[in-house]
Amino acid sequence: MIGAQPGGVHRRRHFLTTEDLGGRAITEILDTAESFISVGEREIKKVPLLRGKTIVNLFFESSTRTRTTFEIAGKRLSADIININTSVSATQKGESLLDTVRNLEAMHTDLFVVRHPMSGAADLIARSVPSHVHVVNAGDGRHAHPTQGLLDMFTIRRYKGDFRHLVVAIVGDVLHSRVARSQIHALTALGTKEVRVVGPRSLLPVAVESLGVTAYTDMAEGLRGADVIIMLRLQFERMSGALIPSAREYFDLYGLTQERLALAGKNAIVMHPGPMNRGLEIASDVADGPQAVILPQVTNGIAVRMAILARLAGASAGEGRTP
Amino acid sequence: MNIAIIGGRVIDPARDLDTTASLFIQDGRLASLGEPPAGFEAERTIDARGLIVCPGLVDLRARLREPGLEHKGTVESETRAALAGGITQLCCPPDTDPVIDTPVTAQWLIDRARHFGGAEVWPIGALTRGLGGTHLADMHALHKAGCVGVGNAALPIKDTAVLRHALEYASGLGLLVFLTPEDPWLSAQGVMHEGRVATRLGLAGIPESAETIEISRALMLIEETGVRAHFCGISSARGAALIAEAKGRGLAVTADTPVHQLYITEDDVGIFDTNYRLRPPARTAADRDALREALATGVIDALCSDHQPHEEDAKERPFGDAEPGIAGLETLLPLTLRLADLGILTLTEVLGAVTSRPAALLGIAAGRLETGWRADICIYDPHVEWIPTPASVRTRGRNSPFFGTTMRGQVVATIQGGRIAYERPTAP
Repeated sequence: MIGAQPGGVHRRRHFLTTEDLGGRAITEILDTAESFISVGEREIKKVPLLRGKTIVNLFFESSTRTRTTFEIAGKRLSADIININTSVSATQKGESLLDTVRNLEAMHTDLFVVRHPMSGAADLIARSVPSHVHVVNAGDGRHAHPTQGLLDMFTIRRYKGDFRHLVVAIVGDVLHSRVARSQIHALTALGTKEVRVVGPRSLLPVAVESLGVTAYTDMAEGLRGADVIIMLRLQFERMSGALIPSAREYFDLYGLTQERLALAGKNAIVMHPGPMNRGLEIASDVADGPQAVILPQVTNGIAVRMAILARLAGASAGEGRTP
Repeated sequence: MNIAIIGGRVIDPARDLDTTASLFIQDGRLASLGEPPAGFEAERTIDARGLIVCPGLVDLRARLREPGLEHKGTVESETRAALAGGITQLCCPPDTDPVIDTPVTAQWLIDRARHFGGAEVWPIGALTRGLGGTHLADMHALHKAGCVGVGNAALPIKDTAVLRHALEYASGLGLLVFLTPEDPWLSAQGVMHEGRVATRLGLAGIPESAETIEISRALMLIEETGVRAHFCGISSARGAALIAEAKGRGLAVTADTPVHQLYITEDDVGIFDTNYRLRPPARTAADRDALREALATGVIDALCSDHQPHEEDAKERPFGDAEPGIAGLETLLPLTLRLADLGILTLTEVLGAVTSRPAALLGIAAGRLETGWRADICIYDPHVEWIPTPASVRTRGRNSPFFGTTMRGQVVATIQGGRIAYERPTAP
């Protein structure tokens, strides 16, 4: 290494990746989320932790679940939420990404929730904002989707308990998946017994084992004895060229059917970050079956995102805006 | 102007000369080395004691950005930055706007550099019209206008039949062809080396095979056509091995690598550091070490700056959107010298890689301290440590991972065509 590295310092006051969080911090967030679950079940679903704060949901890519659950999470914490949905092509016509952010920042935004199709976009924004402004990564390219990663950990912990005894299989399009990367970092930080990735070699990234996982191209082997199965969505919009021959062949080889599910551990849970392609990566009867925890994942998403927003707000508690 | 350079350590790699001597410049030429010519009266004397005097550097690849992208750099700004880096000759790839596919553009560039008194520019003419990869450019006319060779810059010629015809035609004219070994299909989406770092960051990778496949395709055609070819920017161990094998078979091929490739690896990308967005990408530590070895054994003939200046905004983007390249004119010399400090080559040998060797493969009368030749000389202080910053460099480029890091060896003066074209500002 020669040049000056812009180290990861900026990552501490933001929430950009699960990579360097560590098991203890993750557990703290999950514990906080646990306490927020009850807020959603109350008659008045609000706590005043972020009263007077302005959150901008800045989405350069379409999203329903993530944007909505962030909005609900922010509102339950009493923040003011602005949603901005824009396409990258619109910004590329004139304004640069950082100019867009600087303009919104000039409107006294306290926290940005950012989704962008380019890997590293959230890090770029986080480096450019002043120190009292926080950035939460809601998905950047193929890189990270840390809040999704943690809500999946929350769901796994609720159903399966201690990670140190678990075999987790992440199945499908790992190459294009920011969710898979965030899950893998969180799972390894929490000391998971075995993390597997399963899929056609053309959809597994080069040197994926360096992330601390075992790679399988055989679905049956990859599922055998698994306690948790996470199905990933095939991301046709990010695919270019000949990565898989056809949807039918993909389902034949990697679709999660009842027969395949039977190869996993008896009480294995089935997860999916959504949106699902029924009949493509997962059979409908599995998606709607008793082992699926796909809808609870969404519900848990609110509590986990509340915990993350609250953690960042806590990080700047008592800090005034510098004029 | 008559200039005397007194008492320096003179290194002329072309004839393996390393001695303490004085040089005398008269009428734009190197009049003598050792004793002054009869009746010589110096109008200017440079005390070079403690300094190294070597041929002006010959840079095989530097983008000046003009015409077309003047907000990134101009002929004036970049050829003057070259002089500040000890470079007296540089080759400019044809991917300007308009493309260097007409004699007018080539001549314009040469004249403009002369007009501003910057480093001498040797344009590389387009191999295909508009670099479009379909029709041959008027190579003979480009050569007559001063182009040192032809090439398609970083744009691929996808149609192998067109590439073959282009090489045949160039071969018939005896022209040197510059080839950028990058398969367009394998590198299309990629923004860094395909490997564990790209996987961790979720960035699309450029596999090593993007380089080796294109080298292999070109080598088969070079062998058939007998053209003289130069490979620009070897980045991988296997790429270097293919060049070594071709040279072993007696093919007329040469190769270069940007000097930063001998230092940077994929790990330097760190957390999306766009200063390390390069093309070709920095690869593994094993590749870097193999490139150093290839330079030491002569498989890689020359080092270059691969200067690609950018404005700040071009790098303040998500990694994949950031424009590739380093503004490297002013760090070429110190990074080259560092290879001697690391014991990879002797000082004379590393200097050869940026002077006599590139000049020889271009076939130009430069890169040597030859009596009677045009006096193009670099005088540098080998001991001075300095830190390049965006404010201190002369290039308009604001992009270098070496900004803020310590460099050893600094140009004191550059003499071009017998005049002092650059002098290090003296401290106030």
